[in-house]
Amino acid sequence: MILQFGILLGLLALGELIVNTFGLPIPSSIIGMILLTASLHFGIVKLNQVEQLTNFLLKNLGFFFVPAAIGLINSLGVLKDELLAIVGASIGSTIIIIAVTGQVYQLVRKATSRRNRKDIKLSQEK
Amino acid sequence: MESSFLENKYLLISLTFLIYIGAQKLQKVCGLKLLNPILITMCVMMCYLLSFNIDYDTYQEGGRFIEFWLKPAIVALGVPLYKQLSTIRRQMLPLLIAEIAGCVAGLFSVIIIARFLGASQEVVMSLAPKAVTTPIAMEVSSAIGGIPALTAAVVVSTGVFGGIAGFQIIKYSKIKSSIAGGLSIGTAAHAIGTSAAMEQSERYGAYSSLGLTVNGLLTALLAPFLLEIMGLL
Repeated sequence: MILQFGILLGLLALGELIVNTFGLPIPSSIIGMILLTASLHFGIVKLNQVEQLTNFLLKNLGFFFVPAAIGLINSLGVLKDELLAIVGASIGSTIIIIAVTGQVYQLVRKATSRRNRKDIKLSQEK
Repeated sequence: MESSFLENKYLLISLTFLIYIGAQKLQKVCGLKLLNPILITMCVMMCYLLSFNIDYDTYQEGGRFIEFWLKPAIVALGVPLYKQLSTIRRQMLPLLIAEIAGCVAGLFSVIIIARFLGASQEVVMSLAPKAVTTPIAMEVSSAIGGIPALTAAVVVSTGVFGGIAGFQIIKYSKIKSSIAGGLSIGTAAHAIGTSAAMEQSERYGAYSSLGLTVNGLLTALLAPFLLEIMGLL
């Protein structure tokens, strides 16, 4: 378990180093996530060397957001003044993002797989 | 009881744990998605802090130890992503096009609706990056002239809303595959939506992590640029 903490936090540290060195506008955690995926893919880290810890963290992912959520307490003033706009825009755009992302994915996927199928058919006819 | 005990950091942190666990139990018993544990813990703790006049900085003396694990938890999302890597590589094009469409639609829609409902410039800018994970959203918010603290609050609320209503929206917008569903939840509701997707299935969760990662990157890169275009409109 200690090794698991070492690996996961080490990758995060590496992410911080990369972000600081290159002055990237991307959070270190996202870089760390990409580094973890890459290390697993290239066999530098084995799945059983991190999985216990990552399972625990992922199962409780929402909990780690609670302190940031309570931070809302500092913005109650603006929130009250512009509640309708904030709530309306957040809900409206969340619905739009879900519908657009999913639909566009399905459309493009359908188009590309139809083309692939045609390619296969052509090659079979040959 | 001495009143300063009410703001003891160990008390505040243990309350956070216990209320969250209680809320999880409550949600399971009632079977209501609306009883989201993050939402309930947030409301109960805010009421507690307000009624005993405890400020957020005092809460964060303990709270930051919970928040510390947020970044490692996001790194952990690399595992489900790794497990789906071969499927992802096979459909790079549809995934990328869907992500760009979702990111642009999100930015445009949030700004247009907020403007329409009379939001001030500062609030509009705070809302713009609300679909992506907190650290990216706060970064973008301050870069474009928003209020990062408000952004953080809206990001979390959006995530909670996405986790509660996301699957319903997916059903009504006729999104059928678990890949498309996971992708859209992650794109719209970042890691909180992803934690709901994880409960659905590992595959759902993996595509949700992909959505949150790609939209995070795209938003960080595209938002300032797109806002400039919109300013010209």
